Amino acid sequence: MPTELRSVPAGTPAIALTDVTKRFRTQTGPAYTALRDLDLTVGEGEFCAVVGPTGCGKSTTLTLISGLEMASEGQVVVHGAPVAGITPGVGFMFQNDAILPWKSVLDNVAAGPRYRGVPKAPAFRDARDWIRRVGLTGFEDRYPHQLSGGMRKRVALAQNLINEPRILLMDEPFSALDVQTRAKMSTELLSLWDLTRPAVVFVTHDLEEAIALADKVVVMTAGPGGTVKATFRVDLPRPRVVQEIRFEPAFVDLYHQIWETLRAEVDKAYAQTTGSAVSS
Amino acid sequence: MTAGVSTPSAETGLATDAVVKPERTARNRNVRHRLLVHGLQLAVLIVLLGGWQLLTQTGRLDPVLFGEPTGIVGRLQTWITQGTSLGSLGQQIVVTLEEAIIGFLIGTTLGIVCGIALGRIKLLAEVFGPFIKVLNSIPRIVLGSVFVIMFGLGLESKVLLVIVLVFFGVFFNAFQGTREVDRNLIANAAILGASKWQITRQVVLPSAFTWIIASLHVAFGFALIGAIVGEFIGSQQGLGNLIRAAQGTFDANGVWAAMVIMAVVALLAEWLITRLEKRLLRWRPTQLSGPDL
Repeated sequence: MPTELRSVPAGTPAIALTDVTKRFRTQTGPAYTALRDLDLTVGEGEFCAVVGPTGCGKSTTLTLISGLEMASEGQVVVHGAPVAGITPGVGFMFQNDAILPWKSVLDNVAAGPRYRGVPKAPAFRDARDWIRRVGLTGFEDRYPHQLSGGMRKRVALAQNLINEPRILLMDEPFSALDVQTRAKMSTELLSLWDLTRPAVVFVTHDLEEAIALADKVVVMTAGPGGTVKATFRVDLPRPRVVQEIRFEPAFVDLYHQIWETLRAEVDKAYAQTTGSAVSS
Repeated sequence: MTAGVSTPSAETGLATDAVVKPERTARNRNVRHRLLVHGLQLAVLIVLLGGWQLLTQTGRLDPVLFGEPTGIVGRLQTWITQGTSLGSLGQQIVVTLEEAIIGFLIGTTLGIVCGIALGRIKLLAEVFGPFIKVLNSIPRIVLGSVFVIMFGLGLESKVLLVIVLVFFGVFFNAFQGTREVDRNLIANAAILGASKWQITRQVVLPSAFTWIIASLHVAFGFALIGAIVGEFIGSQQGLGNLIRAAQGTFDANGVWAAMVIMAVVALLAEWLITRLEKRLLRWRPTQLSGPDL
């Protein structure tokens, strides 16, 4: 069931953040500025990866786009409409498992349509379809604790994709997986993404993963008050195989180029954490 | 030479033995361990009850004041076969159980509803928080007298006392359980399209259930206490009344016999609640370590 959205003039970006600042109140002392004057545009169907050191506000950016948090200043516009409350037509994959542990795989995947009032039979039919697409056929009646970490990620992916989101937000979704599983999951993510082509914002620490997946890599500055430092286009041909793409010369060139930009920020963030550790 | 020939066959004999044995010995060891535990339990019981019986029969303890095991068994027999001073034994048990169960059901339902409501809605928690703390600090058992005065010697006063005793434990657990729900689960459900009510029903309630069910074990104990104490304070029937009557006639065996009956009822209820717990929380991985009680 595609989410209904009002008609939007052609050429409108899927996501547009303009001059966005986000401050969090703290228990003691002044407010913490997570993002400052951030500008970010993601086109329809574009796969955008966001990299940056720890604490630069990558995850905060996602919560602003999803509507889980509101920007303190600036504008967050999705499909031409300013964000107020949970953004319709958005999927969100969290870093930690967010599927319901007391529901079976089938019930978890069918959750979205069921919440929106789709009757049981069509919702389950749809859910079985998506369970097959993420390769979990035969596991419909299992509970999450009976699945491996990679399988739980597939459930989360199916749970989001069944809603046919036009925007998919991913917060280091595969960071808890081992390296091999992660590469395989990334490749599968790309082929699933190709089915419906939502705009994707994929947050990660891992530059290699970012380049392998994305059309565009955004490098953020070290926090607090993180903002966009530079944007790189990734023109590697699709379909890509994540396990193998990193051996290609064009990939290596891009990696060097982006790492030059990222390294300074990683050093800055590292100095901050060690510096504060010494002073406290 | 013969030794050189016989050794291999001896070895294979050993090998097959070694394959079969560990399994069998493991099972044997398990059975033997259980026998040991049950044997020791029986020994503890014999020492306690036998010692008690011995002390009263040799005159070191006065059986009139302390009662004695054989006397308790005898009292239970007469209660079962000839009925009690208040009527048939079954009727006394039914009366007490009725008060406890009705109060337990109402009290836990109220506790769960209020706990989740205050846990979910901040304004409610801010307004009612102090009231609940004050009410909780009152020794609530005293309210039994108030209820007997207000509602008389019948069912209502006991049910009310049970509700008051049961409510707070369940309430605090439901409240805490609601606040401990994983924020990610709520955010995920909201993004998937769940309304506030759907989040409460399908995310918060099941999540808080681990906390709530833990309080139910204690709550049923409180329900029985409430019913018995209520009958103590003022009633015409029930196990509490039976105990009071026995106390009034210096019938120690009668008091003990009523206690035995209550212990059986409490154990039955505990067994039922554990069954419910297993059924409702079957989605959880088994991760308990350490001995089970």
